[in-house]
Amino acid sequence: MLNEKRVRIVTGHYGSGKTEFSVNYTFRLAEAGKKTAIVDLDIVNPYFRSRELEPQFNAKGVRVISSSVKGLSGDLPALSPEIYTVLQDTSYEVVLDVGGDKVGATALGRYHEYFDREPYDMLFVINANRHLTSTPEEAVRYLRAIETGSRQKVTALVNNTHLCSETRLEDIVRGQELAEKVSSMTGLPVKYIAAERKFADLLPAGMQGEIFPIDIHMKKPWED
Amino acid sequence: MAKELWKGNEAIAEAAIKAGCRFFFGYPITPQNEIPEYMSLRMPQVDGCFLQAESEVAAINMVYGAAGAGARVMTSSSSPGISLKQEGITYCAGAELPCVIVNIVRGGPGLGGIQPAQSDYFQATKGGGHGDYRLIVLAPASVQEAVDLVQQAFDMADQYRNPVMVMGDGMIGQMMEPVEFTEVEKRPLPEKTWATTGTKGERQTNVINSLFIDPAECEKHNHRLYEKYKAIENNETRVEKYNLDGAEIVFVAYGTTARIVKNAISALEKEGIKAGMIRPITLWPYPYKAIEEAAGLDSVKAFMAVEMSMGQMVEDVRLAAAGKKPVHFYGRTGGMVPTPKAVVEQAKMILGGVK
Repeated sequence: MLNEKRVRIVTGHYGSGKTEFSVNYTFRLAEAGKKTAIVDLDIVNPYFRSRELEPQFNAKGVRVISSSVKGLSGDLPALSPEIYTVLQDTSYEVVLDVGGDKVGATALGRYHEYFDREPYDMLFVINANRHLTSTPEEAVRYLRAIETGSRQKVTALVNNTHLCSETRLEDIVRGQELAEKVSSMTGLPVKYIAAERKFADLLPAGMQGEIFPIDIHMKKPWED
Repeated sequence: MAKELWKGNEAIAEAAIKAGCRFFFGYPITPQNEIPEYMSLRMPQVDGCFLQAESEVAAINMVYGAAGAGARVMTSSSSPGISLKQEGITYCAGAELPCVIVNIVRGGPGLGGIQPAQSDYFQATKGGGHGDYRLIVLAPASVQEAVDLVQQAFDMADQYRNPVMVMGDGMIGQMMEPVEFTEVEKRPLPEKTWATTGTKGERQTNVINSLFIDPAECEKHNHRLYEKYKAIENNETRVEKYNLDGAEIVFVAYGTTARIVKNAISALEKEGIKAGMIRPITLWPYPYKAIEEAAGLDSVKAFMAVEMSMGQMVEDVRLAAAGKKPVHFYGRTGGMVPTPKAVVEQAKMILGGVK
């Protein structure tokens, strides 16, 4: 677990849960005592972005880099020059949380020189309960579109199939079948099965990938 | 169909397509951009028309044109863009054109911000544009309800030949929730004999217009519109009554604020305080009667309106309570969202005061 290359890029359809996965991954890196940074590269979603958790990240010593325009009401696609710091300073363990769809992924394109120089891992998060990624063919098409938009290659898959608070165990199992089909079509491994902590011990054995227990951080205003 | 996870804005767009909407005219503005984006993908697949207009003013006038020709048509925007559309909306109401307008509300006034708000209540329910007219205003509290109401909105618009607004705070547009698309109950709808579809030499010309040269005719037109509005008030008022039995305090809240209030009600219950809620689903026609009835309940000591505004709907709560019980207000505005905890504290303060 967490043994990806120093720079981890997290992509996926919006609603795949890539932000929740990124946030959990980042907290876990920090808990492992690493010098950690999370880069919120989301230029397409105005709400539910990882930058909303800046105080919680700061409390754990995580560096948060987002827009150069501060404040949650900014919807300018203004990326911070600070992003270069964590790409150049190799003492950081970095998670890049990229906005959904290929338009969101274009934000990555300008950093391609860095990714050409230093190997990275790019995780593609799949939720089988989202339209446009609910069949293997659709999911592969989406994955390829994100690769084109970002000018980078996906290196591994994450099954994060959920229905928010209505998720059932069978959703995760069905999502795993989808992820493993995508894996056989693309040759990419299923690296993680991300599941809410309460499901982590209930999942059947023999699935491709490591179970990654998720604690829900990205909450709606009425959720405790 | 099994439940899927949908973002509110996409779900609203898909619901419109399922309801037979084949024309969409819009202009981008956060936090509703996924509606036009989704429409631009889907409309060509169903032989429909998506057009990004040069402005909100152009978009609403395209809606006027398509509705006049009898098409099912929708536009969407967010607060500042809806302000720009007001002239076109009153023209649609004046010319009795069925259409659906989605407002995913953000903080104001002016450009405000992109975070959720409910501060367009006055604009939606008390006019917005000029003249004596009414919009049917539907306020979903979940993505599922948005999907259901959008589909019904087209039928309501056709039945009454009136614009319908679906108003959701930014959270409705942006959040992800499980959704199941189900067929909505069909209403018997009148044929659009008034639409400008070409006479083929077989009938008199139909004219879509809101101009009256003779003031007496214009007054008559207004009287006829108001008979229609009366019928809408009688037939379409919708409200959810929650936990009113034995409630000491009755919250009044709509949209996602009602979800926050429900959470506050559970928290109050744990402390031994009985609280209930009236949730207007139609903001016009407003469910005055439900509040009036609650004001008559012996257990009820006070009302508390909770809004993401400085206090707009609370005026209708006061009208309905008619001085029988005190009406209090708690709100956050400018894109800030009330927390369940703050609602609980306010409620306890109010009850402490009236005990």
